[in-house]
Amino acid sequence: MTAPLLDVEHLTMRFGGLFAVNDLSFSAARGAITAVIGPNGAGKTTLFNCITGFYKPQVGRLTLRHPSRGEMLLERLPDHRITSRAGVARTFQNIRLFPRMSVLENLIVAQHTVLMRASGYSLAGLLGLARYRDAEAAAVDKARHWLDKVELTRHADDEAGSLPYGSQRRLEIARAMCTDPVLLCLDEPAAGLNPRESAELNTLLTGIRDEHGIGLLLIEHDMSVVMGISDHVVVLDYGRKIAEGTPAQVRADPAVIRAYLGEEEDEPLPPEVAQDLKGSGHA
Amino acid sequence: MAAAGSRMDLRRALADALVGGFVAAALAFPMLGFRLEDSSTGLSLGLRMGWVAAAAAVVFAGRLALTLLAGTRRPRSGPLERLGERFAGTRHWAGWAMIGLAAVLPFLPFADRNLVDKATMVLIYVMLGWGLNIVVGLAGLLDLGFVAFYAVGAYSYAILSETFGLSFWVCLPLAGLFAAGFGLALGFPVLRLRGDYLAIVTLGFGEIIRVILQNWVDVTNGPNGISGIDRPTLFGLSFSAMAPEGQPTFADFFGIDYSAEHRVTFLYFIILAMALLTNLFTLRIRRLPVGRAWEALREDEIACRSLGLNPTTVKLSAFATGAMFAGFAGSFFATRQGFISPESFTFIESAVILAIVVLGGMGSQIGVVLAALLLVGLPEWFRELQQYRMLAFGGAMVLIMLWRPSGLLASRSPTISLGAAK
Repeated sequence: MTAPLLDVEHLTMRFGGLFAVNDLSFSAARGAITAVIGPNGAGKTTLFNCITGFYKPQVGRLTLRHPSRGEMLLERLPDHRITSRAGVARTFQNIRLFPRMSVLENLIVAQHTVLMRASGYSLAGLLGLARYRDAEAAAVDKARHWLDKVELTRHADDEAGSLPYGSQRRLEIARAMCTDPVLLCLDEPAAGLNPRESAELNTLLTGIRDEHGIGLLLIEHDMSVVMGISDHVVVLDYGRKIAEGTPAQVRADPAVIRAYLGEEEDEPLPPEVAQDLKGSGHA
Repeated sequence: MAAAGSRMDLRRALADALVGGFVAAALAFPMLGFRLEDSSTGLSLGLRMGWVAAAAAVVFAGRLALTLLAGTRRPRSGPLERLGERFAGTRHWAGWAMIGLAAVLPFLPFADRNLVDKATMVLIYVMLGWGLNIVVGLAGLLDLGFVAFYAVGAYSYAILSETFGLSFWVCLPLAGLFAAGFGLALGFPVLRLRGDYLAIVTLGFGEIIRVILQNWVDVTNGPNGISGIDRPTLFGLSFSAMAPEGQPTFADFFGIDYSAEHRVTFLYFIILAMALLTNLFTLRIRRLPVGRAWEALREDEIACRSLGLNPTTVKLSAFATGAMFAGFAGSFFATRQGFISPESFTFIESAVILAIVVLGGMGSQIGVVLAALLLVGLPEWFRELQQYRMLAFGGAMVLIMLWRPSGLLASRSPTISLGAAK
């Protein structure tokens, strides 16, 4: 049993008197999808912002074990270094593409760190040296690979902002993958997708897990995605972890049901929820 | 039904035009209605209601015509719109044609000293516009104090050449470096600011530089400015009538008669070359990681950070690069004028340069040229219009806002494309 990819220990993030995340500990493994679920306001996005360096937590330790670069403490790195050095990439709940740049450019910007070094911090690039041209060709190849993966090759030269919503979601994932991450954090990737699109998303995410062997950390409300593809589920409520385990374990956990549906347990589940819970069992 | 509808339209248009006419009359009454008359008994106040009536009538008729025409006009087919679209298709070709025209301009039969001089002035602003385009158009950092770097460049050259007797060609890169240094110095404190706040701080910075130039008399000679600044030479050949200390002049060397036009033409070609270099640099850097990072920063700073781009270095590099080109342009300005004073570097200069960038269409290189011709060239040529210049200027701005709200030539071509996939 190797050490997990990411260890979150006693993470606490306070805004004034409000504990958005309170003494949270869990691990995410390499080659596995870890889902973080919980009702609205449970602190899921705050957790993501701590992991990716947008917030600095008051208490706690975030240890990332990079396969080639060793152990790093994420809470001590500035946000851009967390991506470029520690290899943690993320997507956003409200999509953040570069809307007026083309789809391909979005993917090339994601490879900035590599290209910057290859262009000799622009000097070699300004002079048009071959070293930079090769690096750029390699970057385009990688971008093309991911465009094929998310089926956007036809739209490579279109403005990213002009794509339909579902394609923008896929592009954002492709862009994050172009940074060569070891941990990919997805903030509600299935939000606003129709059932067919979210089934495609499942295939994409399990594909990334199996082919690249990286860890995925997922915030999601869509239970068909969570129950269908995650290997490990962490349930948050009011910033605290209330349950953890495989999808099946979590689904049966009374604390989880209480958090989602309230205290009144003798009331029957609303039919669509019951169906959701049942239907995702065999997915 | 249709007739009834059009009658309704007509009535509404008439009412709208009447309101416009009233507003015009109310505005015109204090502005046009009074006139100071110089009579034998002294000054007296006269009325000229005819002017007020005329203004109201013009606005009434114009408003009525606009409303009626607007009903028939399809959107997105204004004359400027069509021109812009047609032009966009031939932009590459048009760029080369402009460069060709600029290269032969001084040798054209109708080109006199006056024309070349004005073209030089326009080219200075083209270069400044291209420099600011890096900061505003590409990196999206609204800079209202760009003239500060222009001033730093100009004074760097003037002071270096006065104190150490360095030539223009040695000072040019130094002036660029100094200006870039000031760009960094401004960049650091404003790293956390965006949009309006950034604009205000840069505006303040521009004023600080001007006030320093005005008050640090020991170094800058204060409001009197620096005069007798060295002119540039062509590989040591000077363009004056009499060369000092037996150096050959340009006219002597080539065995032609001395003419003051030689220097004007020479200066024109220097600024043309400098401007084209700026353009080449910008076109090139847009395709490099730095340039793409600038554009990405303009689009979304948070997404940039999530992709491992360091916003600090991206912003600072944009500020420094833009400032460097302003510094180059500034030292050229100093050597062309032979005299500089803080008065040349007031806020209105920053505003004009920014207007050139915005009017041209943010990020558009040819747009900057057109806008510079429009904003700097036309007022130079139409000096006879005197006080109506600003009126025409404002009118042109309003028209542009109506028809091309994102600038004359606002379209962006990707810096890289997957040609094979198409």
